[in-house]
Amino acid sequence: MIQGTLDINTEKKLCYHCGETCPDDSYSKGDKLFCCLGCKTVYEILEEKDLCNYYTFDNTPGQNQKAKAIRNYDFLEDSGVKSKFISFSNGKTALVNFIIPNMHCSSCIWILEHLYRFNPAILSSRVNFLRKSIAITFDETHIKLKEIVSILDSIGYEPLLNLEGVSTADHSENRSLYYKIGIAGFCFGNIMMLSFPEYLALGDPQDLYLRKIFSYINVVLSLPVFFYGASDYFVSAWKGIRKRIVNIDIPIALGVLVLFLRSLIEIFAGIGPGYLDSLSGLIFFLLIGRVFQNKTYEWLNFERNYRSYFPISVHIVLKDGTESSMAVEKIEPGTRALIRNNEIIPADSILIKGLGKIDYSFVTGEAAPADIQNGEFIYAGGRQAGSAIEVEFVKSVSHSYLTQLWNNYLYSGEKESRTTQLANNVSKYFTPAIILLASGAAVYNYFVHPALIWDAFTAVLIVACPCALALSTPFTLGNALRILAKNKFFMKNTVALESLSEIDHVVFDKTGTITEPGRSDLKYFGINLTDELKQAIKALVKNSSHPLSKAIFDNIDIETQIIPENYTEEPGKGISGTVGDITIMLGSQDFVGNYLRKSSPHAPEHTTSVYVSIDGSVFGYFYINNHYRQGLSTIKKYFRKSAAISILSGDNDTESKNLQELLGEDVELRFKQSPFDKLDYIRTLQAKRKKVLMFGDGLNDAGALRQSDVGISVSQDVNNFSPASDGILSADSFEKIPIFFDFIISAKKIIIVSFAISFIYNLIGIFFGFSGQLTPLVAAVLMPLSSISVVIFTTVAVSAAARKNGIL
Amino acid sequence: MSVILILIGFSLLVALGFLGAFIWAVKNGQFDDRYTPSIRILFDERKEKVKEEKKNNSTKQS
Repeated sequence: MIQGTLDINTEKKLCYHCGETCPDDSYSKGDKLFCCLGCKTVYEILEEKDLCNYYTFDNTPGQNQKAKAIRNYDFLEDSGVKSKFISFSNGKTALVNFIIPNMHCSSCIWILEHLYRFNPAILSSRVNFLRKSIAITFDETHIKLKEIVSILDSIGYEPLLNLEGVSTADHSENRSLYYKIGIAGFCFGNIMMLSFPEYLALGDPQDLYLRKIFSYINVVLSLPVFFYGASDYFVSAWKGIRKRIVNIDIPIALGVLVLFLRSLIEIFAGIGPGYLDSLSGLIFFLLIGRVFQNKTYEWLNFERNYRSYFPISVHIVLKDGTESSMAVEKIEPGTRALIRNNEIIPADSILIKGLGKIDYSFVTGEAAPADIQNGEFIYAGGRQAGSAIEVEFVKSVSHSYLTQLWNNYLYSGEKESRTTQLANNVSKYFTPAIILLASGAAVYNYFVHPALIWDAFTAVLIVACPCALALSTPFTLGNALRILAKNKFFMKNTVALESLSEIDHVVFDKTGTITEPGRSDLKYFGINLTDELKQAIKALVKNSSHPLSKAIFDNIDIETQIIPENYTEEPGKGISGTVGDITIMLGSQDFVGNYLRKSSPHAPEHTTSVYVSIDGSVFGYFYINNHYRQGLSTIKKYFRKSAAISILSGDNDTESKNLQELLGEDVELRFKQSPFDKLDYIRTLQAKRKKVLMFGDGLNDAGALRQSDVGISVSQDVNNFSPASDGILSADSFEKIPIFFDFIISAKKIIIVSFAISFIYNLIGIFFGFSGQLTPLVAAVLMPLSSISVVIFTTVAVSAAARKNGIL
Repeated sequence: MSVILILIGFSLLVALGFLGAFIWAVKNGQFDDRYTPSIRILFDERKEKVKEEKKNNSTKQS
């Protein structure tokens, strides 16, 4: 009998829907096993609609449905809320856009594009996988928005419904880059073709008029390249000049301008064919580099603020006791609301009814949920963990304690980078240098070949145009960005990536960043527990949803199927029950107080501990502390070489000894830090001219993340909410941070080497320029050659560096 | 040799046609999502219909 049960346990059975291990056979349908009722329900829905093809595109494509809550979508009836999602409506058909974070594979696309099978009033649904968005066209007269959302939810694809709504796709910037590339490419190709006779000196002398006509066609073709394709570079250069910053676009704009003007003069004066082929080629390559640089992760939002964390509506309780829903923006002081298990409190409020067990981990960094008594204050952003409570709001959403962070000036504009980009840094010296060189060439020729002064001056400006220089950064960093993203480290853009190599102070948030949320290390102190007692304790805590019970459950690795009797839970105190003939009590010091003798083990004060009392005598206590992420001490050792490290925590200092042991004495630890303290701390560091890198996770870190030179949010699931930051790091990859930094530093070295390569080309070009020999053919060969060789070098070198670090 | 001018003019016209097609494609949103269509094309609609027919047949028989 025992043998039999063991066999079932050892043989791993995977859920047909989500692929997780099934604890037992209790949920099955035909020959298919499910891990929970939720997964089985989804399967049954799909089977009923004959949509089981879902399971053929990918194995176990579903999302685990264990943690699924029953949600109420009544608030979607509210026309104000509705209008946030519906982007078009003519009274009959309407178009709605949703973000669906759970979308992750081809099966997801398939099922989401077959929504019409669930209800014929859904006319069509179209997925954009990279944005994780879906556009649904539906017949408004036959189906409500609420019902559509319920359908999505029932099959495990709950759309993201928050205050921010769905940002309507803005493609204009991306599209204009494509237009430019298309036009520049078209002109480049045709100008090249029409310049061919010139390169090879083809044609009879009597056909010379043809060359002239070709040149004129070239001028026409180069106009859109110069005025449209290159416009960004002129704008950027002009901005740089006005701000008195020499950026990389200034020498580019100068080179392009000189190229264009000299070509026009040569063509119209009948001197030569000009360099229009080089000009259009240059712009074409530069624009392609820009595509690399602009590559972003559309489905990740780096600009999220509290609006996307808070729910879209709350369940309010009217004076006469009836319930209705209300958009959170309309909350006024005095409104009463019902907050259910796992719901977020959207505004500062006071508890009226029920037992508050508020999880502030995301707001203050406090790991353990706080017990709130009637009449006590609850801060916005807390999450109720337990039975439903009734609260009365005392402030509106935008005036709550936490949201004040966003009213700060910090959020009023674009974050300005304090670090300088390497290319701009080089340009600071490069630009004066080429102007000097060009003048030098003019002076030299004044003495040697006076006729060539003008030629030599412009030629130097043309060949020194730092096309390859400008391309090396976007190609290197664009490639690095892509490789890091494969390892679940997503940086917002190449600028942020470049800043990472200049960091000299690293700040970590504690809760949720260096500790693993929902996981704790458990130590037992006291009289040794027999296996039988351990089983009994495990059986008892299985019934409780309290995080500490869960921690004890996870840490006892003996299987148990026993069901305790007389189970009672005193909220905020502890649990008790009888297992077999053993009476067990688990809970706080007060809870077991009657049985506590002087001789019984006592837990140190201000620590999280759970006393164990068996048959009326205290056996000992479980001491619970944070579980630190793997690789933390390696990360510390790695950064010690180049940067100072601090750890900020919203928690109390019970962990300080533990942390000091783990990380050493040279790490600054600060406890009980409010979100504002964290922000101020970063500011103080920056006032000391430190370049600060911050790792954080919660809303409480949002201000500090934004203020630091590079803010990276560590997220258990990159699809979930993370505060505005420059990068999002998946918690799985936390221990790879040293590798990522090694890689980023090699990327920077690669940029420097490619700068050197492009300088060599420039020197060769300048040699031609000095002697006034820069023929259009030489220019047309030299410029693309330098660009292409730099692009090839950076691509190969970055891949090699990634391979060396083992991340490709 | 002046015939080459007509040829050049014609080739430019053809190339402009392609440029126009490209611009139209961008405008039409074909470059906005460069991933999903590659998956969508793999979905086999026919197989489902066969299945449905089978199901209908079996229900009729029973």
